[in-house]
Amino acid sequence: MKQESKTSFSWRKVTESRLFFPFSALALILLFDLIFVPGFFNVQVRDGNLYGNLIDILRSGSTVILLAIGMTLVIATGGVDLSVGAVMAISASVAALMINPYVLATQLSPETQRLISDPNFTNQPLWVVVPVTLIVASLCGLWNGILVSYARIQPMVATLILMIAGRGIAQLITNGVRIQIFYEPYSFIANGWVIVPFPLYIVAFMFTLTWLLTRRTAIGLFIESVGVNARSSFFSGIDEKRIKLLAYTFCGFCAGMAGLVASSNIKTSDANNIGLTLELDAILAVVIGGTLMAGGRFSLLASIIGALVMQATTISMYAIGVPANAVMAIKGLVVILVILLYSEQVRNVLRRLTAQRKEA
Amino acid sequence: MADLSDDIVTMEDIHKSFPGVQALEGVDFRLRRGEIHALVGENGAGKSTLIKILTGVERPDRGSIIFDGKEVNIKSPQHAQDLGISPVYQEINLCPNLTVAENILIGREPMKFGGIDWKTMNSRASYILDGLDVDIDVTQTLGSYSVAIQQMTAIARALDISSVKVLILDEPTSSLDVHETQELFRVMHKLKNEGIAIIFITHFLDQIYEITDRITVLRNGRLVGTYPTDSLPRLELIAKMIGRSLAEYDDMKRTKIESSQNIKKGDSLLDAKGLGLSGSVEPLDLVLHPGEVVGLAGLLGSGRTEIARLLFGIDKPDSGEVNVGGQQVTDHSPIGSIARGVALCPEDRKAEGIVGELTIRENIILAMQASRGFFKYLTLQQQYEIADRYIKILQIATPSADQPIKNLSGGNQQKVILARWLATNPQILILDEPTRGIDVGTKAEIQKLVLSLAEEGKSCVFISSELEEVLRTSHRIVVLKDHKKVTEFPGEVDGHKIMQAMAGSEQ
Repeated sequence: MKQESKTSFSWRKVTESRLFFPFSALALILLFDLIFVPGFFNVQVRDGNLYGNLIDILRSGSTVILLAIGMTLVIATGGVDLSVGAVMAISASVAALMINPYVLATQLSPETQRLISDPNFTNQPLWVVVPVTLIVASLCGLWNGILVSYARIQPMVATLILMIAGRGIAQLITNGVRIQIFYEPYSFIANGWVIVPFPLYIVAFMFTLTWLLTRRTAIGLFIESVGVNARSSFFSGIDEKRIKLLAYTFCGFCAGMAGLVASSNIKTSDANNIGLTLELDAILAVVIGGTLMAGGRFSLLASIIGALVMQATTISMYAIGVPANAVMAIKGLVVILVILLYSEQVRNVLRRLTAQRKEA
Repeated sequence: MADLSDDIVTMEDIHKSFPGVQALEGVDFRLRRGEIHALVGENGAGKSTLIKILTGVERPDRGSIIFDGKEVNIKSPQHAQDLGISPVYQEINLCPNLTVAENILIGREPMKFGGIDWKTMNSRASYILDGLDVDIDVTQTLGSYSVAIQQMTAIARALDISSVKVLILDEPTSSLDVHETQELFRVMHKLKNEGIAIIFITHFLDQIYEITDRITVLRNGRLVGTYPTDSLPRLELIAKMIGRSLAEYDDMKRTKIESSQNIKKGDSLLDAKGLGLSGSVEPLDLVLHPGEVVGLAGLLGSGRTEIARLLFGIDKPDSGEVNVGGQQVTDHSPIGSIARGVALCPEDRKAEGIVGELTIRENIILAMQASRGFFKYLTLQQQYEIADRYIKILQIATPSADQPIKNLSGGNQQKVILARWLATNPQILILDEPTRGIDVGTKAEIQKLVLSLAEEGKSCVFISSELEEVLRTSHRIVVLKDHKKVTEFPGEVDGHKIMQAMAGSEQ
């Protein structure tokens, strides 16, 4: 009797660990692939670079992961940022415009036409394009932050404004033109390969940076504190508004990164489609990672695993030939399963069922 | 008549443990029909857990419950209500923006033609309140009535939900004034005479002796005993609750008188001149000397809390000035105050004090870290050192510094909040109701702590609605009335004089 309670206690400890559910969901999906998709785990080496389904999951998941990193901090403060998809589109437009502003002219001389198609041509070098784009994206985040913390608008409403206006702004920036990007260094951001795809380095860098910022300084503690109880935090001397401002600005910055990767991937500024509905994927990734929408405790790693769960589902479905439209439904199914496992009600039922089985 | 002496509730050998805490260990509890039964004990004694088990919020690990002669397994709060067990909770769960009638009948509104039948609803609400001899307009919003009426509304709701046999009142009087309390007691008597058994949980000993028939004492999750109220002298009751002697109180009085020698009347740590905020605090002067405890006495709503908020910078004053340590304050904000060595232990512990999900360690270092900023982050080792030191000094009852603070009892939570402020090494400590809802033992500890801080040359502002407590700890007492400072008394003043000043009969 005593022993059993001891083992069940430690089991509980494992199941209540932050990473348990995201990891087991990911493991389940990969297990599914192992059984049903022959060769899913194959990794090829070409020119010293790695290719395969697993690599694909990581590469194509990188935009959602980047969004999820920023979204985690915003959700941890008790907010949400619906505008990240639109901010991605804005960043794409800003970057494309800096690389190739000539397409906005109505008539291009054949000479210019030839010039801008050159893979080395750009109006601004990469080291200007990237920082300026990230600054613009951060300003978008700052705008959200000001609305939420100083104007005291509910996060969902405040960020909805930019979600709707953002794509319009992105169109205005490029005058409604889809700017094609021929600049080779720019397309390297998403399409480059250094043993593994280059976006993975960006993700690794952003994860490390964010982890250090939140866990090696007091920012993480303050974010969690504000998310749990903003009033108590204020009474304890934490500038609750500044923390929120910081979180939204950083989330904008992450969306800017994601925008760079996404536009580099398709080599164009497509204001209508870049990052479309990705804000929802990012939110779901964070939720699968176990951060409560009400705010409070967060885990960056769990959010990233959450994002991978979403991406792995998509790629696996494609691999077994499920049509693209139906994939959305399957994704929904995976999400609801994970979320149900987080529900205390469902857990209690499961616990009771397993306890009954033990007795029987 | 035989029916009356029967037990309505018999709980036997109840065990309940939470991770790291044995909340109840073999507790027996018997409740008779038509009695008012006090359930007392220090914070963490297990009162709340016992009530939660009785109301179906928690399930016991072991033990049996016999209700109305039948063994029952209370599955949920709904089930408890169906049986006739109705709790009226400490945090009154009502909606101040709805009408009284809506609050009473919420979720069970009488319907007519697919809509709410307002006429029936209002008349039914009035009828229920009439039964409690409360005569008010039930169509007014609840928020427009006093806390006492709100309390009655909560009781009325509990009574209406089911044919109540057991009513549980958890700290119902903590926010009521004397008159309102009497009003509540009258209702309790009436219900008792109707055969309803009432479990009354309170920290006010006077009230226990005024109204209850029997007392059950819990300590550290165990039953100390159940006694008829009139055969248990007050001092014995306290001794049973805290399990230690009362000589500490006398010690405290001596400490206070001795420490008054240390006050440096010449210096001032804080000097407020004409400080005020329209609609909140009338301009007032206030000086705090090193080594001095200044009590703020006044009725609920007299402006005690508002002054604390002004001094700490939660609210920004619109008249007058404050000098702290000889420097005029220009940035009125909590973070600025912390830098100046001012700390505020707020009145509403749950909403303004604790950060529930965070651990004790994180809660303790929070203000200190806030004053250090983002980048001078205390290492985990430093955090544990600070947390463990205060857990020891303040005797915070917890298995480890890594427990979420929400798992602690009210008194221990308050100690953590105190630790948070002591860690910032304040020169001026403002304590707003630091002992509210806290057991006798912890109360004495906190009062002693205040005096020992004063001995170190710090200054404390002590706010409490318990006059006796203000008298016991304060070297000087400022009396407030209607958001105005009325007068000041030395600490050895007679309590009646203060009460007169609070009531305004001096003018």
